Amino acid sequence: MTTARKNYQRPLDIRNGRIDMGHGAGGRAAAQLIEELFIAAFDSEGLRQGNDGATFEVPAGHRLVMATDGHVVSPLFFPGGDVGSLSVHGTVNDVAMCGARPLYLAASFIIEEGFPLAELKRIVESMAAASRAAGVPIVTGDTKVVERGKGDGVFISTTGIGVVPHSVDIGGANARPGDAVLLSGTIGEHGVAVLSKRESLDFETTIESDSAALHTLVAAMLAAAPGAVRVLRDPTRGGLATTLNEIARQSGVGMMLDEAAIPVLPQVDAACELLGLDPLYVANEGKLVAVCAPEHAAAVLAAMRAHPLGGRAVRIGIVTEDPHHFVQMETRFGGCRVVDWLSGEQLPRIC
Amino acid sequence: MKYIDEFRDGDLARKIAERLHDEAQGRSYSFMEFCGGHTHAISRYGITELLPANVRMIHGPGCPVCVLPIGRIDLAIRIALEHGAIVCTYGDTMRVPASDSLSLVRAKARGGDIRMVYSATDALQIARQNPQREVVFFAIGFETTTPPTALAIRTAHRERLSNFSVLCCHVLTPSAITHILESPEVRQYGTVPIDGFVGPAHVSIVIGSAPYEHFAQEYRKPVVIAGFEPLDVMQAVLMLVRQVNEGRHEVENEFTRAVTAEGNLTAQALVAEVFELRPSFEWRGLGEVPYSALKIRPAFASFDAERRFGLGYRPVADNKACECGAILRGVKKPTDCKIFGTVCTPENPVGSCMVSSEGACAAHYSYGRFRDIPVRVEVAA
Repeated sequence: MTTARKNYQRPLDIRNGRIDMGHGAGGRAAAQLIEELFIAAFDSEGLRQGNDGATFEVPAGHRLVMATDGHVVSPLFFPGGDVGSLSVHGTVNDVAMCGARPLYLAASFIIEEGFPLAELKRIVESMAAASRAAGVPIVTGDTKVVERGKGDGVFISTTGIGVVPHSVDIGGANARPGDAVLLSGTIGEHGVAVLSKRESLDFETTIESDSAALHTLVAAMLAAAPGAVRVLRDPTRGGLATTLNEIARQSGVGMMLDEAAIPVLPQVDAACELLGLDPLYVANEGKLVAVCAPEHAAAVLAAMRAHPLGGRAVRIGIVTEDPHHFVQMETRFGGCRVVDWLSGEQLPRIC
Repeated sequence: MKYIDEFRDGDLARKIAERLHDEAQGRSYSFMEFCGGHTHAISRYGITELLPANVRMIHGPGCPVCVLPIGRIDLAIRIALEHGAIVCTYGDTMRVPASDSLSLVRAKARGGDIRMVYSATDALQIARQNPQREVVFFAIGFETTTPPTALAIRTAHRERLSNFSVLCCHVLTPSAITHILESPEVRQYGTVPIDGFVGPAHVSIVIGSAPYEHFAQEYRKPVVIAGFEPLDVMQAVLMLVRQVNEGRHEVENEFTRAVTAEGNLTAQALVAEVFELRPSFEWRGLGEVPYSALKIRPAFASFDAERRFGLGYRPVADNKACECGAILRGVKKPTDCKIFGTVCTPENPVGSCMVSSEGACAAHYSYGRFRDIPVRVEVAA
């Protein structure tokens, strides 16, 4: 009879355990954390190989697209998502906004000593679910632990790789006077949802974050009218206003918006009114702005509306010739004003 | 939003605008909106576009952040950095430029424990939760934010909280209006023709409409108290034009849904219990204004941060090129200032009017600067 035990290892105490410095030290504890928590959840071919990096083929006729995004949202869990799902959606969207098909993700965790394993598991599983739903596997990663007080729970950096055909040219500098400005839906939900759970505010709301992966919406738009979409961008931090100003500056154009056309949920509108925020500057995590050739705007808009993430897509304005790159807006009230860059921080640590 | 959208109705606005164009004839009209809340509404909703060309709005000094002098911010920074206290304050105050290229935000980056709160009660709660630390509420604002500060001090007194104090910078609206009306440009030289005032909204809820009777009679200037919604402002301007045309100078109340003649007596009693008048207080842009601010009464002296930390006030001169003072008095427009939009921007405010979105310069920069430059909106097909 053999005395060899099955694993010679005591499993992680997910229910009561906490991260300690050993989990980041590269020894047995680190290996166990990676195996029992990360690989178990993400379960990708790349991770299972256990190498320092992942290798993959590049399809012919394509360029590679790479994007990276750090996620430091506070609180870690908010209505409609958490830092895990957000870290997948954020980077998938950044890749998609280049007109690319996202293929793989890399994830880097910076975890604070003392962080409960149960919460880490919840985050990792949510991340795995988001990655599976998007069809973009996490193929490589890293885990570091910092002393208590030197981090704030968990920070997750993700990097995405995607491919875009040579024929597709999408970039912030491509907007031309006369182009249509399209928006995929209502604005401000993510920022208000996160804010509603902040310790200092904690107000009752039914608003959920719009956090979502937008690459299939992008694919539908590009297929609807090849060559028509010139600029794609997701209005995250700084909101719609900041994104439009970025595009205007990059392209050397102005914009004229119609305030009445910009959709805002009544709950978001009310929360913003209460907190003194302008929904135009509040973050989104599942919306996109597109600038497209005016003659194809209707076709692109129809494709957006036919997609579950673009049901409330609208045309919100027009690109103008303007050496000062002003984004202006006809107000609902009948006046006109500048929609400026966000100045200072409206809401820190929103994503 | 119910009770909000009604006051942002574009069709009604156009109707009032038509009446204004009909009635504002044969002369020019200059009205000062005292409050930053009105300045913000005028800019954000593009009201200037709807007013006739001969009706000019002068943005007054009613933005609590804008009138806060550098020396006061310096005191708060000293409390945080030198005395190691937790300093709590309202969000806009964080970015006001202070001495040595500092601001509360920058002092925070240097290790000061400075926290943004939404109310004085939040600061009180932080004091309860941190009994080992000194917690100071940096209290700013006009009559609107004064009662909550008074309540926090009275509560701390009743609870015998020994680690809570208030750096009181509360200022008074009527004395600032008097100061503007008494300024040489307005009174003697007539270089700033102010034909009337759009009176404060939230301030008037607390103090009532009666305190303005004095200006209307003494200075023969009409005052129309108005709410902060864009239709309120349009309607108030129309009422002011009518008063001027009819040679009247009365206090009228457009904001009847919230403002009464006597105001909120409970709040007034609370303020009187905790605060007394300061003989003089420095306003950024206006200088020393007599009896224009409040200080904590001796009965509550232990909650007065100035006494507790033995702070002496040192006035600090504004940047020489800055025209905030003249802008706050309506003598100049933001674009008359050489450093507007060049050296002084919302990211790096030099003058107080650029700090808060309610300030005249920031409002013009953020919402109205396209008007300074002719822009081709028509596009080639």
